[in-house]
Amino acid sequence: MTLPKVEIKGIRDGLLVTVGEASWETQREALLAYLDEQSDFLQGARLALSIGNQPLRPVQLGRLRDEISERGLTLWAVLSDSPKTQETAQNLGLATRISRPLPERRIARLDTRLESGEQTMLVKRTLRSGYRLENTGHIVVIGDVNPGAEIIAGGHVIVWGRLRGMVHAGAQGDEEAMVCALELFPTQLRIASQVITTLHRRRGKAVPSCAQIVDGAIVIRDWDAH
Amino acid sequence: MTATVVTITSGKGGVGKTTATANLAAALATEGQKVVCIDADIGLRNLDVILGLENRIVYDLVDVIEGRCRLRQAMIRDKRLPELYLIPAAQTRDKSAVSPSDMVRLCNELRPEVDWILLDSPAGIERGFRNAIAPADIVLVVTNPEVSAVRDADRIIGLIEAEEKGPARLIINRLKPEMVRRGDMLDIDDVLELLAVELIGVVPDDEQVVVSANRGLPVAMDGNNQAGKAFKNIARRLLGHKVPFMDLEANKGFFDRLARFFRTTGE
Ligand SMILES: Nc1ncnc2c1ncn2[C@@H]1O[C@H](COP(=O)(O)OP(=O)(O)O)[C@@H](O)[C@H]1O
Ligand SMILES: [Mg+2]
Repeated sequence: MTLPKVEIKGIRDGLLVTVGEASWETQREALLAYLDEQSDFLQGARLALSIGNQPLRPVQLGRLRDEISERGLTLWAVLSDSPKTQETAQNLGLATRISRPLPERRIARLDTRLESGEQTMLVKRTLRSGYRLENTGHIVVIGDVNPGAEIIAGGHVIVWGRLRGMVHAGAQGDEEAMVCALELFPTQLRIASQVITTLHRRRGKAVPSCAQIVDGAIVIRDWDAH
Repeated sequence: MTATVVTITSGKGGVGKTTATANLAAALATEGQKVVCIDADIGLRNLDVILGLENRIVYDLVDVIEGRCRLRQAMIRDKRLPELYLIPAAQTRDKSAVSPSDMVRLCNELRPEVDWILLDSPAGIERGFRNAIAPADIVLVVTNPEVSAVRDADRIIGLIEAEEKGPARLIINRLKPEMVRRGDMLDIDDVLELLAVELIGVVPDDEQVVVSANRGLPVAMDGNNQAGKAFKNIARRLLGHKVPFMDLEANKGFFDRLARFFRTTGE
């Protein structure tokens, strides 16, 4: 039996993976085989998946999403002609279309890429809800990061302001990465593959804080402690 | 005359855009200004209902844009005030019937005729929103003191900045002093700290708003009540007057600081 064809192309929001028509099990098998084969190239990528007419139930799609995330990749969208699959995807919190009505105003990357991921992006502005900042190196923001904004960095994230959005440092697996902010109250904070959710805001004065992985878990300390 | 175009928008639906548009238009007209309000919420028109002008609609915004009538013919005059007009939205069309450049053209045609053009924006961040902000000189963002409304306001303010229509000014609508006191509602400081824009008014939650809306008589035209007064204050701020914020006793910290501010600036 031959597996269906898997095609991949770069889109604004990551990579679009198209799997040719076949039964679901075969499509799934083809996709996973492809992801394993291309793992070096794909590292940490965000995938949108286009799978034709296949009507998928939540267990099927949920399982695939987990299998994708076990490979260090993120499934964020599923494009399908099947209303059933669209509904399933929406219930799982996945997007079902990739062309957004308004272009995401992503702040442009510096065009010199360093292999080592040491390149730093400096942004001086408030990141409001809906903004997304991505860089393979470090990210420094001078300003606030509001709830609904997202920062994804291969290296460290430093915010000279209030950090209340979603932040992912070491997004390609670097467990040494840190997240520091004058006020650290992200809706979600990730370092490498560790996640912590809402740090509730204490009343009173916030102190500059820093998150990093210690003994396999994210801990948060005062910024000046080291 | 060269009109100032003010767009009233929000991101989230149901926060009070239409209410604010109707009341600011009425309040400006009461101050002797010549005002046209345009309902840019194509397909879901309701500014005409709030203003009590529904039964007088003959032509609408899309008719003007598609050349079926002249601008003048679509302007319904509100007879209760000297110079208040409404251009209603089309009910049976959708937002794609109008483009941002249509709105710019329409407003440019109106500008020499009036002092103020108020544009009531639909909810959302798509075509309808773009139509509404395209001609704007000033953008007013309406929000409620609730997390989800503030989140959407933040998104909208970002988009307004990106369109170079900013800085937006903020109206906090439906504040319930009682809930704020109990700590069950965001207070003004919480909202301003996040949104970091200039506050142009705080409107209390007032059931008179609903009663008046049902009668087609905006609160700002309707005697003495807190919400109507708050809208009148916003209108006067738009006219460049320094009007102290009403003490809703909602937020002692905020109002104390404002009071101090007004004292130090000699108001
Ligand atoms: N300050 C207020 N107090 C009480 N009710 C209000 C107030 N502002 C708006 N409302 C009510 O909230 C509802 C939504 O208002 P509306 O102006 O239609 O919102 P939008 O145009 O943003 O969708 C209406 O029923 C309106 O009467
Ligand atoms: Mg409305």
